[in-house]
Amino acid sequence: MASQAPAFQGVALRQIPKETFNTPTQLALQRFRRNSLAVGGLVIVVLFAVIALTAGFTAPFDPNYQSSTAQNAQPGTFNEEIGKVNTLGSDDLGRDVLTRLMYGSRVSLAVGLVSEGVILLLGVPIGLAAGFFGGVVDNALMRFTDIMYAFPDLLFVIIIVQVFGRSLFVIFIALGVTSWVTMARLVRGQVLQVKQMDYVLSARSIGARSMALMARHILPNILGPIIVLVTLGIPGAIIAEATLTYLGLGVDPSTPTWGTMVNAAFQSIYSHPEQVLFPAFAIGVLTLSFTFVGDGVRDAFDPRSK
Amino acid sequence: MLGYIVRRVLWLIPVFVSVSLITFILMHITPGGPWDTATARAATPAVKAAIKAKYGLDQPLPIQYVDYMWKAVHGDLGPSFSSNVSVTSQIEQGFPYTAALGMSALLISMLIGIPLGMLAALRHNGFIDQLSIFVVTLGISVPSFVLAITLILMFSVVLHVLPFQFSRTNWQSWIMPVLILSLGPIALFVRLTRSSTLEVLSEDYVRTARAKGLPAGVVNIRHVLRNALIPVITLLGPLAAGLITGSFVVETLFGVPGIGKMFVASVNKRDYGVLMGSTLFFTLIIVFFNLLVDLTYSFIDPRIARG
Repeated sequence: MASQAPAFQGVALRQIPKETFNTPTQLALQRFRRNSLAVGGLVIVVLFAVIALTAGFTAPFDPNYQSSTAQNAQPGTFNEEIGKVNTLGSDDLGRDVLTRLMYGSRVSLAVGLVSEGVILLLGVPIGLAAGFFGGVVDNALMRFTDIMYAFPDLLFVIIIVQVFGRSLFVIFIALGVTSWVTMARLVRGQVLQVKQMDYVLSARSIGARSMALMARHILPNILGPIIVLVTLGIPGAIIAEATLTYLGLGVDPSTPTWGTMVNAAFQSIYSHPEQVLFPAFAIGVLTLSFTFVGDGVRDAFDPRSK
Repeated sequence: MLGYIVRRVLWLIPVFVSVSLITFILMHITPGGPWDTATARAATPAVKAAIKAKYGLDQPLPIQYVDYMWKAVHGDLGPSFSSNVSVTSQIEQGFPYTAALGMSALLISMLIGIPLGMLAALRHNGFIDQLSIFVVTLGISVPSFVLAITLILMFSVVLHVLPFQFSRTNWQSWIMPVLILSLGPIALFVRLTRSSTLEVLSEDYVRTARAKGLPAGVVNIRHVLRNALIPVITLLGPLAAGLITGSFVVETLFGVPGIGKMFVASVNKRDYGVLMGSTLFFTLIIVFFNLLVDLTYSFIDPRIARG
């Protein structure tokens, strides 16, 4: 190396292939792509998302149409009234199971996304403020989380939904409001670590203000754990909503959600076991897929966690 | 140490006041009440006033709250709005079932989860490790009622080997509720035991113990297990919460006359008396378990109390 002329060094540097300068995000993406379970989970999630978005024109029936002749139809029965096949059968009111499953995926996906959105909106700013400024905000947050941890999440959601009405909107908000403290605590802990870093100190020393420090130097460096917590939180939110509606404490039973379908079909589990099996199976597959994606994201961002 | 215990116990007072206050306020801003059901006979204003006076509902809210809490501290959680049995005696009747189910589930999940988690870590990336990851994923990411329905379909509907309806005297009817209640806790135990064992395995003192020629079994039990189990104690807090919400599902599903089923029914009946009382009772259990965890932990690891 030492024998090389300086002129050649410049050339050699330019010839180094670009791939060796991977950013941490690119490395994480590569690790994610090599995880077949995670990719498979993502494919299923995308599939459900497509079904949810297109249910309006791809579903064979109207979700609330009650056939007077084809009640509790076996899967694959031809419905003469409409002239279509009940691919997965019909329920006790003669509604098409496949159609209601397709519409139900909307609710489950929306629950995951909206409640995680609320968690982000509340948890990240509060956690940032608590970790960065410390003092009163920090103390208040820690005491408040102590109180929230004394309430089981589902219990609190049940009470809130009972008080503010059994609508999907209230359920979304209630799930977010009960879980943001975990996010705030995570962000706080990460901020406490990152704000000790030299690059934050150097940014501060050249006069960067608090807002800039948080937005440009701290937040981008703690995104990894935030993303992991969000993706792993989605199946939890879906489970909570399904459990709530399954218990009959969620939305109106006529709304097509997987939880209400399980609840209704459970009454006839001996005579028509397939009616309860399909929605239960759908919930299990979606939550499992989200968990695989979440685990994949976690391993991708933090390879040591395995 | 003593100072820590006193501080920790005193901190319970604000937690209780906050939880009860939040619940109390939520209950009282709720539109509608017990006489707004479709089946109730229309009450004349005079009757309503008499009922309100009897239950103290005509008093200002702060006085109602203080009154309620004063009685609650003395073990009286007030009247139920939908039955003649008081909330305290309803809890007294239901709690033995919930506690028996919960304690069995806790015991079983410890007996399965801790050894499985430890074996998984000792055979890292081996077959048992893969199995344990599968159990964890299933237990954490599939709702318990979905697993319950799968079991009911298998053992009650198709094979006819286990009864579906719970009955106190039939031990077979306990199997499925306890099993379903313990699936989530098993997953938590496996996950935490596995990760903490993996951590301990890389400690210097384990290498030292191996290097001086101790048999593998002695190292694994005396050096690894003893240290790996310390963080597992912290699980008891979240587990208490998990078993309570788990009891909502399992007791409703199998018809167990416990306080989980009572709670779900009281929500449907808009029985705010039972709702308020059982929320306070659930909080008491969770707070008690958390306190137990903190005190045990500070006893095992004195650095906690000092820091």
